[in-house]
Amino acid sequence: MRSRHLLSAGDLDAADITRVLDTAAHLAKVTDRAIKKVPTLRGRTVCNLFFEDSTRTRISFELAAKRLSADVINFSAKGSSVSKGESLKDTAITLEAMGVDAIVVRHAASGAPWRLAEWVRAVVVNAGDGTHEHPTQALLDLYTMRQRFPGFEGLRVAIVGDVLHSRVARSNVLALTTMGAEVTLVAPPTLLPARVEAWGVAVSYDLDAVLPKQDVVMMLRVQTERQRAGFVPSMREYARLYGLDARRLELMADHAIVMHPGPMNRGVEIAADVADSLERSVIADQVANGISVRMALLYLLLGGPEVVS
Amino acid sequence: MSGRAVVMDAADVHRALVRIAHEVVERNKGTGGLVVVGIHTRGVPLAGRLAAKLTEIEGRPVPHGALDVAMYRDDIGMRPPQATHDTHLPFDLAGTVAVLVDDVLYTGRTVRAALDALTDFGRPRAIQLAVLVDRGHRELPLRADYVGKNLPTAPDQAVKVRLQETDGHDGVVVEDGPRKAVAS
Repeated sequence: MRSRHLLSAGDLDAADITRVLDTAAHLAKVTDRAIKKVPTLRGRTVCNLFFEDSTRTRISFELAAKRLSADVINFSAKGSSVSKGESLKDTAITLEAMGVDAIVVRHAASGAPWRLAEWVRAVVVNAGDGTHEHPTQALLDLYTMRQRFPGFEGLRVAIVGDVLHSRVARSNVLALTTMGAEVTLVAPPTLLPARVEAWGVAVSYDLDAVLPKQDVVMMLRVQTERQRAGFVPSMREYARLYGLDARRLELMADHAIVMHPGPMNRGVEIAADVADSLERSVIADQVANGISVRMALLYLLLGGPEVVS
Repeated sequence: MSGRAVVMDAADVHRALVRIAHEVVERNKGTGGLVVVGIHTRGVPLAGRLAAKLTEIEGRPVPHGALDVAMYRDDIGMRPPQATHDTHLPFDLAGTVAVLVDDVLYTGRTVRAALDALTDFGRPRAIQLAVLVDRGHRELPLRADYVGKNLPTAPDQAVKVRLQETDGHDGVVVEDGPRKAVAS
């Protein structure tokens, strides 16, 4: 790996991404064993430092660390000194003093993991920073795509919905373009970031026109908690224009798959019968693959010599 | 200039494996309950060949599998993370006599990791160790049950086993330093 932290999906080159996915494929087998554990990271401590709510990402990192025999500390802002006003820096210094080897951080502020990485000697893994990046989600998404398709070169992936607020979209665009996939962002103009042309991907406002050409359709969650500014007139209108329902599923190629990073707003960006479609939906696979991919990352980031700085 | 000596050619490798197969059969009084487990990377094709030879000698199939020890090494955190491979053991280990196979026996640390890895998959009745080359310099109290060739070496020499399946040809070469030996 080129970087000792995992902050951005853009820090990984094609060789890094391939190594993570290959390692994840080997480590996935640990989950199938009678003893679902290897002693690899015995004596190492991983801290899940979550300033935002999370179910699947935190549990996924916790299981990944435990299957590698690392000790895990779960820290959530609620019920901690953060609610007494402790700063990110003081929290980081405290964790450092306790000797953690890796900090998996989720924070509402974009860029928080970069600041953290400046303050601590531990390896920092970005588990979602504001509306910025979520690199481990992108890696597990690529792993899931690779289970269904032979490679990424020329693979056509549509990322649909609230791109503006989506850290999942940003990290996926970075990783997918690194691997040679052809990405199309589909969203209403109000939910696309400024200067999206600079991302080097196609952009469309018309979901029906894009769907037939795609190998992968990735639906993004409408972030109702970040929707105060009224980016869309109503959820009903959003669902009509950009929701993936049974009719739109029919427009997709026979081999195409549906992905969603979760948690889903059923009936808004994705209809319940689409989410549960056995032929199309790989949403449950994404969750299962998350553990293997995070095991691979923890092994590759923590399995080497400690950096003395 | 560093020296380079071929210590086993393709015929030597073949004869060593045939002899080891006969020793395995003799010592275990047949091949009943026997499984052969190769350690990645070059132990895997050697295990396949040994299992085929055992099958031929006794006329009943001897299963073989592949074991990755990367996650069980005792030098994790001391050097860059080692590449991982698939572990594939298509049989129940319980009650078997498992013959571990590797290309070179050196410090013994890979074999120690393999013993731990294997134990996580089940409890064989016994584990035996077969290696193509024993080059000495053990750092752990281990020895091989079957040895293709005992090869006295200096620690700064490198022993390179080449196999048809991984390298296109069979043979064993010893190269002089200055590089630290890479085989384990």
